[in-house]
Amino acid sequence: MMETIRFTLNNKPVTLTVESDRLLLWVLRTDLALTGTKYGCGAGLCGSCTVLVEKKAVRSCHTTIGEIKGKEVLTIEGLATEGALHPVQKAFVDHDALQCGYCTPGMILTACSLLHENPHPSSTEIIRELDANLCRCGAHTRILAAVHAASKELKGGF
Amino acid sequence: MKDYRELEMDFMDNVPSPQIDRREFLKLGSGIFVLFTVGDFSTLAEAQQAQRSLPTDFNALLRIGEDGRVSCYTGKIEMGQGVNTSLAQMIADELDVQLDVVDMVMGDTDLCPYDRGTFGSLTTRSFGQSLRAAGAEARRVLLELASEQLKLPMETLGTENGQVFDKSNRNNRVPYARLTQGKRIERRLSQAAIKKMPSEFKVMNKPVNRRDAIEKVTGKAHYSADIQLPGMLYARILRPPAHGAKLTSVDLSGARKMKDVVVVHEGDFVAVLHKYPDVAEQALAAIQATFGASPSKTDDVTIFDHLLSVAGPEQVVSKEGDLPTGESASKSVIERTYLDGYKAHAPIEPHAAVANLEGSKMTVWASTQTPFPLKEEIIRELGFSPENVRVLTPYLGGGFGGKSRNLQAVEAARLAKLTGKPVQVAWTRQEEFFYDAFRPAAVVKIRSGITASGAMSFWDYSVYFAGQRGSQHFYTIPHHSTRSFSAAPGKDAHPFATGPWRAPANNTNTFARESQIDIMAAEAGRDPLEFRLNHLPEGNIKEVLRAAAKKFGWKPAKGPSGRGYGIACGVDAGTFVATIAGVAVDKATGDVKVKRVVCAQDMGLVVNPAGATIQMEGCIMMGLGYTLKEDVRFKNGAILDENFDTYEIPLFSWLPKIETVLMEKKEADPQGGGEPAIITMGGAIANAIYDAIGVRVFQLPITPERIREALAKK
Repeated sequence: MMETIRFTLNNKPVTLTVESDRLLLWVLRTDLALTGTKYGCGAGLCGSCTVLVEKKAVRSCHTTIGEIKGKEVLTIEGLATEGALHPVQKAFVDHDALQCGYCTPGMILTACSLLHENPHPSSTEIIRELDANLCRCGAHTRILAAVHAASKELKGGF
Repeated sequence: MKDYRELEMDFMDNVPSPQIDRREFLKLGSGIFVLFTVGDFSTLAEAQQAQRSLPTDFNALLRIGEDGRVSCYTGKIEMGQGVNTSLAQMIADELDVQLDVVDMVMGDTDLCPYDRGTFGSLTTRSFGQSLRAAGAEARRVLLELASEQLKLPMETLGTENGQVFDKSNRNNRVPYARLTQGKRIERRLSQAAIKKMPSEFKVMNKPVNRRDAIEKVTGKAHYSADIQLPGMLYARILRPPAHGAKLTSVDLSGARKMKDVVVVHEGDFVAVLHKYPDVAEQALAAIQATFGASPSKTDDVTIFDHLLSVAGPEQVVSKEGDLPTGESASKSVIERTYLDGYKAHAPIEPHAAVANLEGSKMTVWASTQTPFPLKEEIIRELGFSPENVRVLTPYLGGGFGGKSRNLQAVEAARLAKLTGKPVQVAWTRQEEFFYDAFRPAAVVKIRSGITASGAMSFWDYSVYFAGQRGSQHFYTIPHHSTRSFSAAPGKDAHPFATGPWRAPANNTNTFARESQIDIMAAEAGRDPLEFRLNHLPEGNIKEVLRAAAKKFGWKPAKGPSGRGYGIACGVDAGTFVATIAGVAVDKATGDVKVKRVVCAQDMGLVVNPAGATIQMEGCIMMGLGYTLKEDVRFKNGAILDENFDTYEIPLFSWLPKIETVLMEKKEADPQGGGEPAIITMGGAIANAIYDAIGVRVFQLPITPERIREALAKK
């Protein structure tokens, strides 16, 4: 059903008239040209399409645009503010916590979601949270180190 | 130890024709150009000359522009392996410029000279070495120009930070940018170009973080599916349920009724297109189609017998001595068969491409490891002339060999031609699993013997369908024979496509060889490290074994020691690698937890120690998958694993403690780095499992079920 949907996207208000059951992933990538959110599996199994809805990691391949009505959505493009990298992004750069980079937006946003809820997670807690995000290049050990470093940098803030 | 470096190209039988578009190159404007050739290009060129009249005298290009920026035009691509960074380091060092003035222009068939593709860990060791020489040549040209301008002899001049300076008066200096202004100087790489000595390195052999990281952490990095053109349509293509199944009937009326959906039907090729990919998906679901049965009658269990039944004549890889003589000197003879199932590449980015036809010119953006062969394919399949096809390669979201096959890009080009619109073909995960060119299933049969004194007496090795890479052993064995088998003429081996998978053939061969060596060590009652060292000449393999053992803190013990420690070593892409794994095995469930992996690698000169270490870590992590879990299940041509729920790849929770050692070999030529450290994972873990529980699994992956079965038979 065509519907006018208002929500906040990367800190700016957005109004879209769309079929409300369309998937957020495709609306972001096509209608809004925000291609940092990636398709990886289409079944919520890999985490490449992760975005933040109300600061919580959500799989955009399993979320309809109707579900985010009135909510605050943050994609990888909205994480750096005024040209400064977010501490999680910076930690990923500093730790070489990526190779091909395709899973990276999803990894970073999942880490942000975790740090928002739990500012000082243990390794076990980070692993538990990131376990459903797949990386084929094998950057895992670096990603863990980057999330730890970001947690220290953020000092409990987000 | 000989010849094994020559065996690495065995999966690249179809060498496409070289072809360089000189017109585009000429458009690049002024500056200093150094043109050079990598590999045995002249023979290739000769072979193809009859068919093409294009110049074939160079295949790589380095330019110093009027702005002082240095550009490297190469057909190589960046898929995460980090060559965007390491190649730039090589140029920066040879030219004495800062790393950030080096631009890499990669994988664009209009701008870059011909390249066969990015595979075989050849980028650094082959291309990179020529690139360094080109950098040295360009530096020489700059010195010549400065000598004229400053009216000083060349030997009195030096270079640093993008400037030529007078050694006797360091304030007398001229930037490269001024030397190249208004000039166009073309140089062939000459023999006179002298690369820097390791003692002179300022950028190479120093750790450098990835140059593409900021783009990748901000979402700005573009992958093929991120290319969006005005009026572009997303295509979904009708697929058979099984390989070899033919379309028998199709009803397109449902899709045709949908608003703004474009339907293409040409023979067996059926596609639906829409400006939204999700609507195209719905249109695909509205198609009623029936397919006949697949002629394929194998599955992931019966495939091994099938493969042996269609094997053709042997190809001898290496041979020395006389096997019967070796056998008669043996106290015990061990005969084992090792199996390895199909593996998916499973990059997180599925194959994607965008094609745009403007007038008669077809432009294709594709996630491909082989942009030039793809261009050839489009020319051949769709009838374009060479000057009318351009392939561009954005970042790849992983390749691992799987993106050497470019079906999706040909489909996109075909649909752009048929619809007259820009078209994106981005495979779903199901399509990715269905059309992946899997690492082939394979069988390895080994007979080997040891003498009463515990020396290996003979080695009789046959590998079926994996390929030759890594099949040749390097141990001291007086009588040995290594043979490789592929399909007999006219016989079909695999029910679907197979192709190179990170370190092709070597994972299977190293697993089999290193398992067998461990069995022999146990038979001889020797510590597996000591047994290997006793059968190796002094040299690189022995060095990496010792380095890994030192890092691990290896204490000699006869296997199975109950500790869960396993060793394997091997050679790949010119690099020597030794891995020691520590595992814990739950005997009740068969679950294996790899707790620690130590890997020592000798790759000659390490251009970027940071990048090389990360590649080793990536190999170790990815290697856990093929060793313990990954196996493509299929039946009668249908692929049963269609997503990551049933095809499990390594997760954070599998992460062992990883420790890496890079041997200090600055004086040696650089060797491959993207693949070697994965080859030893199967063998090291198989041997560690045996050391833990005293039983051995002879088939990859070593699943809990197989461990329980082996324990039950004990």
